[in-house]
Amino acid sequence: MSEQAKTEVKLVNVPSPNYIPERDLGKPLVLEANHLGIDFGGLTAVEEFNIGISPTEITGLIGPNGAGKTTIFNLLTKVYQPTRGTILLNGRDTHGMTPAQVNQAGIARTFQNIRLFDKLTVEENVKIGLHNHTGYTTATGILRLPRYWKEEKRAHVRALELLDIFDMADLAGVRADSLPYGAQRRLEIVRALATEPRLLLLDEPAAGMNPAETEELMNNIRKIRDDFQIAIMLIEHDMKLVMGICESIIVLNFGRIIAKGTPSEIRSNPQVIEAYLGTRKEA
Amino acid sequence: MKKLLKRSGSSFLNYGLVLCFFAVFQILSSAGALSNSLRGQLIPIVCYMIMAISLNLVVGISGELSLGHAGFMSVGAFSGVIAATALADAVPSPGLRLFLAILIGALMAAIIGFLIGIPVLRLNGAYLALVTLAFGEIIKNLLNCIYVGVDGRGLHFSVRDEASLALDGGKAILKGPMGASGVTKLSTFPAGILLLLAALIIIQNLVHSRTGRAIMAIRDNRIAAESVGLNVTKYKLTAFVISAAIAGSAGALYAMNFSTIAPKKFDFNTSILILVFVVLGGIGNLTGSLLAAGILTVLPELLRQFRDYRMLVYAIVLILVMIVTNNEKLKVWILGVWLKLRSPMGRTQSAPQKAQALQDEKERGTDR
Repeated sequence: MSEQAKTEVKLVNVPSPNYIPERDLGKPLVLEANHLGIDFGGLTAVEEFNIGISPTEITGLIGPNGAGKTTIFNLLTKVYQPTRGTILLNGRDTHGMTPAQVNQAGIARTFQNIRLFDKLTVEENVKIGLHNHTGYTTATGILRLPRYWKEEKRAHVRALELLDIFDMADLAGVRADSLPYGAQRRLEIVRALATEPRLLLLDEPAAGMNPAETEELMNNIRKIRDDFQIAIMLIEHDMKLVMGICESIIVLNFGRIIAKGTPSEIRSNPQVIEAYLGTRKEA
Repeated sequence: MKKLLKRSGSSFLNYGLVLCFFAVFQILSSAGALSNSLRGQLIPIVCYMIMAISLNLVVGISGELSLGHAGFMSVGAFSGVIAATALADAVPSPGLRLFLAILIGALMAAIIGFLIGIPVLRLNGAYLALVTLAFGEIIKNLLNCIYVGVDGRGLHFSVRDEASLALDGGKAILKGPMGASGVTKLSTFPAGILLLLAALIIIQNLVHSRTGRAIMAIRDNRIAAESVGLNVTKYKLTAFVISAAIAGSAGALYAMNFSTIAPKKFDFNTSILILVFVVLGGIGNLTGSLLAAGILTVLPELLRQFRDYRMLVYAIVLILVMIVTNNEKLKVWILGVWLKLRSPMGRTQSAPQKAQALQDEKERGTDR
């Protein structure tokens, strides 16, 4: 499987400074950000961020520490309100939306520093992700009407199905904070998937994982894209993972995009090598 | 499914506990084995139990420290008394009148809870605690200057004095700082137990529903909760309003147990007392709240033999309980005994199984 997916996808230049995989040509973009920027006080953290993500693309966002990668995730999910620029999600302007509304509109994310619902079980964490797809009211829940049992059963079955992606169904009843580190990262991905996003943002999904776990994660990310037919954008420092699964890569430095392209283009881009990869590649 | 069983197991424990409490005291009471003072304490105990579990919904489940819970109790108490007195002719059955009074008390407290919740729940931590404290005092002071009377033409309100009610032969129900006097004693111990069971059912079913999970998710990690599409304000407010409504119903039950009741009864001290029940019983632990409310309400009566040193002993008991319940070693030991006791029932596999599964997972991680 990994052999086949490693063959790179041909990228086509579309009007606007975006690249998308050829197979998504003609389909509307899931996400489009134009001239996105944010200032913190007098400091410009991100400037002129332009990107288009097509429906089934895997995009990598890389750059040295402090380049503004997580800030971009926070802008896209409205944790920060952008100072400049627009974000179009499925063609809809997200201006004025709250993080919760952005999620309902189709973006789900994970966090660099894991944020699980610690005191709840693994299954409950996933069920909370399913919240907006579990259809009964507070009163129905208190009165335990038939609809409560039906919907709870459906949520239970669906939660176990989702946990099965990472072989975690047997851990359903365990408290989230008692999970090993790697499993916590995987649970965050499952929880994000439960919200049925069109675009999944993964913030350093392989952090703290050993090479074998990373390899498995790569296969799983590809599998998620294929099974759910969603776009995935990830921040990662592990170049093996980024070069292995990303179809297009965006390199960020000092809050600005310095390069865009396929993994091989990025690898041979002198600006990127100078800013970022040069030292790491020799190491 | 197994989890559902386990969960409802702990819910049924609470229902069982309440029914046992009812059975024991009902039998003792009818056998004449209870002292007068203890018999008079039965309904207040039930009220405090309801208050404790309703505050636990805010403090334990929703994770917001509220210091003004007695305010909602007093809203329920006085609107309940007003309703019961005003309906005295229209509804002759005392049971139904009590039920309606409790319902109206709950409704009024819910409305006040909603109005207070909108500004208060924008705050966090200590700020929220302080503002709820302030609102509790505001409610008390407002009730201190409200006069309500009823006559043939309906209800009369005033904020000046009794005379300005201009009653036409009717009766003044609420007389400012004097509170309500001549209240018909409608509350009964069985009615209180029914209300307690209803409150338990509402809170426990809520916790195990989609809404309850959302409330606990926001408590555990607000940013993550928003990232999965939860409307934080909506669910915080839901917990706050349900809690206020339950506190209001307890207030109505409480007020109609006494012939006289004044607003100053529901001051800051009462709010803190209820918080003590919650903290002592374990934050988020409903069984603990029930036990703590029951024991700590009776304790001052049992300590009468210490006379002047009564409250000193009470304080020492509180400190000792806190030390014991916060001792990890002791907790592990009690848990061990509990698991051992349960093992013949064949339901404990889940805990070791989970531990095994965790161990396996960790090994899977390191092997490769």
